[in-house]
Amino acid sequence: MIQVLAFYLFAVTAVIAGVMVVFSRNPVHSVLWLIFAFFSSAGLFVMMGAEFLAMLLMIVYVGAVAVLFLFVVMMLDVDFAELRGRVAEYLPIGLAIGLVMLMQLSFGFLAWQDVDAARPAETMARGVGNAHQLGEVIYTKYVYAFQASGLILLVAMIGAIVLTLRHREGVKKQSVMSQLYRDPKEAVVMRDVKPGGSL
Amino acid sequence: MIGLTHYLGVAAMLFVIGVFGIFLNRKNIIIILMSIELMLLAVNINFVAFSTHLGDIGGQVFTLFVLTVAAAEAAIGLAILVCFHRNRGTIAVEDVNMMKG
Repeated sequence: MIQVLAFYLFAVTAVIAGVMVVFSRNPVHSVLWLIFAFFSSAGLFVMMGAEFLAMLLMIVYVGAVAVLFLFVVMMLDVDFAELRGRVAEYLPIGLAIGLVMLMQLSFGFLAWQDVDAARPAETMARGVGNAHQLGEVIYTKYVYAFQASGLILLVAMIGAIVLTLRHREGVKKQSVMSQLYRDPKEAVVMRDVKPGGSL
Repeated sequence: MIGLTHYLGVAAMLFVIGVFGIFLNRKNIIIILMSIELMLLAVNINFVAFSTHLGDIGGQVFTLFVLTVAAAEAAIGLAILVCFHRNRGTIAVEDVNMMKG
């Protein structure tokens, strides 16, 4: 009973938050609704027994991606009211495509049957935690894919830095090379200053 | 009792909301990126639901990879957005025509 209640709580909040992401007038509110949708989905993940992925969703999405969105929305000085405008013009085609997609998905549902004979052997190790189960296959069976995902993150990091880095002219900076190549013979000059006089 | 189809239903609704958001907010690229995140989230829910239903941990491993790629995509997309805004002073999708595509 409590499972059913929890499922409907998380499912309804996730869907409402998703709708609000799309329809919210203020993009900052959209990002906050997106965070709410991620929280609800993390709840669904916990209910499905994927606790590790639920925590990962919190850390990666709520902690990093959503904050990145929030940062960009607040940093860019954009008139978002101007960007809205002709929603009514796109509403019919959006509704039509959404309806077609929903129909295709429901046809897929109706045609789909769970055949016990076609099931693969269960690979989940019993009696250990979810993180333990994941750890047993990530570093063995999926090690190349895991390394590739690390490579993707490296490329994304370098790409983001290269795209947003800019060199401005006329900014005083430390030049390590010229500091290292300073010669004490040229840098220091001995002067004999008379008492009461000046240079 | 809550079964596989319930989770698939939620995922289908989230996916359609994401598609709908892309078509509805055709000018605001930030909302488009957030809609893509919603669609990826729906796909992740599908993966985990089938993983639990079939007792196969592979679905959760692929969810992990989808999360990684989604994070990379968001970072690159927002970096391009910041770069574009710096050069053109706007983020309207219709103004992205420098390459005459």
